[in-house]
Amino acid sequence: MVAVAREVSSAALAARVRKAYVGNATPSFLLDLEIEVPSGITILFGASGAGKSTLLDCIAGLTQPDAGRIAMNGDVFFDSEENLNVLPQRRQIAYVFQTLALFPHMTVEANVAYGLRDAPEQARSARVSEILQMFRVEQFRARKPREISGGEKQRVALARSLVTLPRVLLLDEPLTGLDAELKGSIIEDLRAWNAAQKIPILYVTHSREEVDALGERVIALEHGKIVSEGTPREVLDAPRRKRLAQAAGFENLLAGTVLDLREPDGVMRVRLAGAPREIEVPLGHASPGDRVRIAIRAGDILLATEAPRGLSARNVLAGKIASVERRGVIVIARVDCGLIFTVHVTPGAERALELAVEKKVWLVLKTHSCHFVED
Amino acid sequence: MNITALLLSIRLALCVSAILFVVGVPLAYWLAYSRWRWKFLLEAVVALPLVLPPTVLGFYMLLAMGPHGALGKLWYAVFGHGLAFTFAGLVIASVLYSLPFAVQPLIASFETVDRKLLDASAVLGAGRMRTLGRIILPLSVPGIITALVLSFAHTLGEFGVVLMVGGNLAGITRTVSIDIYDRAQSLDYAGASHTALLLLMISFVVLSAVYGVNRRAGRRAWLPWPAK
Repeated sequence: MVAVAREVSSAALAARVRKAYVGNATPSFLLDLEIEVPSGITILFGASGAGKSTLLDCIAGLTQPDAGRIAMNGDVFFDSEENLNVLPQRRQIAYVFQTLALFPHMTVEANVAYGLRDAPEQARSARVSEILQMFRVEQFRARKPREISGGEKQRVALARSLVTLPRVLLLDEPLTGLDAELKGSIIEDLRAWNAAQKIPILYVTHSREEVDALGERVIALEHGKIVSEGTPREVLDAPRRKRLAQAAGFENLLAGTVLDLREPDGVMRVRLAGAPREIEVPLGHASPGDRVRIAIRAGDILLATEAPRGLSARNVLAGKIASVERRGVIVIARVDCGLIFTVHVTPGAERALELAVEKKVWLVLKTHSCHFVED
Repeated sequence: MNITALLLSIRLALCVSAILFVVGVPLAYWLAYSRWRWKFLLEAVVALPLVLPPTVLGFYMLLAMGPHGALGKLWYAVFGHGLAFTFAGLVIASVLYSLPFAVQPLIASFETVDRKLLDASAVLGAGRMRTLGRIILPLSVPGIITALVLSFAHTLGEFGVVLMVGGNLAGITRTVSIDIYDRAQSLDYAGASHTALLLLMISFVVLSAVYGVNRRAGRRAWLPWPAK
């Protein structure tokens, strides 16, 4: 076996996990990896369906791996060979879900105090107050979760998890939907807390911006396996960058050639390979004639069924629908504009626009939704 | 109107509702969350009284409670008297008869509790009992009220099971529905109609309360005849 008696640093979580995953939304895959999470923030980066949440569930004990070993400082949480599986409530591993899962019938204060039932009343109250202050949500202690904003909820969820002084903190995209400034300030508060506690924090995200902002150790996951590991720059700029760009939510990755730079406008024109189409993208480090890649998120493309006029967007491409496929709450349309674009719309939009194969449509790309990737 | 019969019915319905709450919560918890592959068999058993004629259920209960039935023998060994044609026998039969009316609304409302809340409770150190008491039950209050009220109302109105298991002993097993039947049989239509009207009104008030509570909670009540 691989991990027999391997030396680990004093406060590191070590997990070796194998789990066949049969999902109904995503194709089945095998989660098969070995990671070591030292104290401080480690980012787990990958597309949805890469196995990030499944890995966190295994570490927290909410899902049982098929095989492997999960341990921290010699305390074993799970070991398939010894048939050992510690219940989640006994692992002292805090877990902030993407949905936060605040208890809707309890006040902020009761939510935060939930994990402290063994402490005497006075100590409990003091610790709750302290952590609420630390995360700047003290003034909301008597409110219910539905009465506070998204950012405040995220702070309360963090406070609720950290007040128990966990040994490990798992964060599953806890800051989605917040603007960069708010994100930054919450992350700073988290760092301040961990400066004293020094526990391993595993932070899951599919956002490149968050990887850049958190700026620590990154583990990139793809189809249940680790594809690269290192600093954000190393991971994002690895030769696998093309696939990681897709992992980061860029469903459209287009090859092209720079035609000219329009510095006063802050844009450059790119001729797309494979079709006589030109689009405008934000100015990047390139010269005319350079081969580049442009990454566009499927959710950033607007779809119109009539030729749009009077728009600020410079890039309007006509095409035909090649396929429409509904997956959960998103509808994936593939549009043939000489080359195929993937576009996400809501089921409501699909009905309103009466999308069907062969229907003529126009794609509208905001210049700043076209991300320039050096090739 | 027969006050003795009415009080007996209410006493029976209260006992049955209380027992069904105590029995129904763990049963519904298990049915809502277990992943046992043969679970559907137990689900079918719990739902049986919905479709079975009360006389069939009553017949089997009578056999079980009789001096040669397993339940009857056990009861005799413990309490020194038989179970058939007693109030206790009536309670046991009614609990079975009203079981789906308590368990189904509980399952339905347990299942609407977000699983992530249960996971959150577990990673915050709570065991199953604490999660049930602090998270699942408080978030299922409309379902619990529905369960209690439906068991009460359904027991109040039962007839066939009572007749089979309890017979017709004044003050012991003669419930309102039996009383109404008796009076109609002996052509005392005035007496029957008073009691019948009262039962109708109680049932209507009770069901209005259930739908009202569930509407305020923004949920749909589980009822054999769903609200539109």
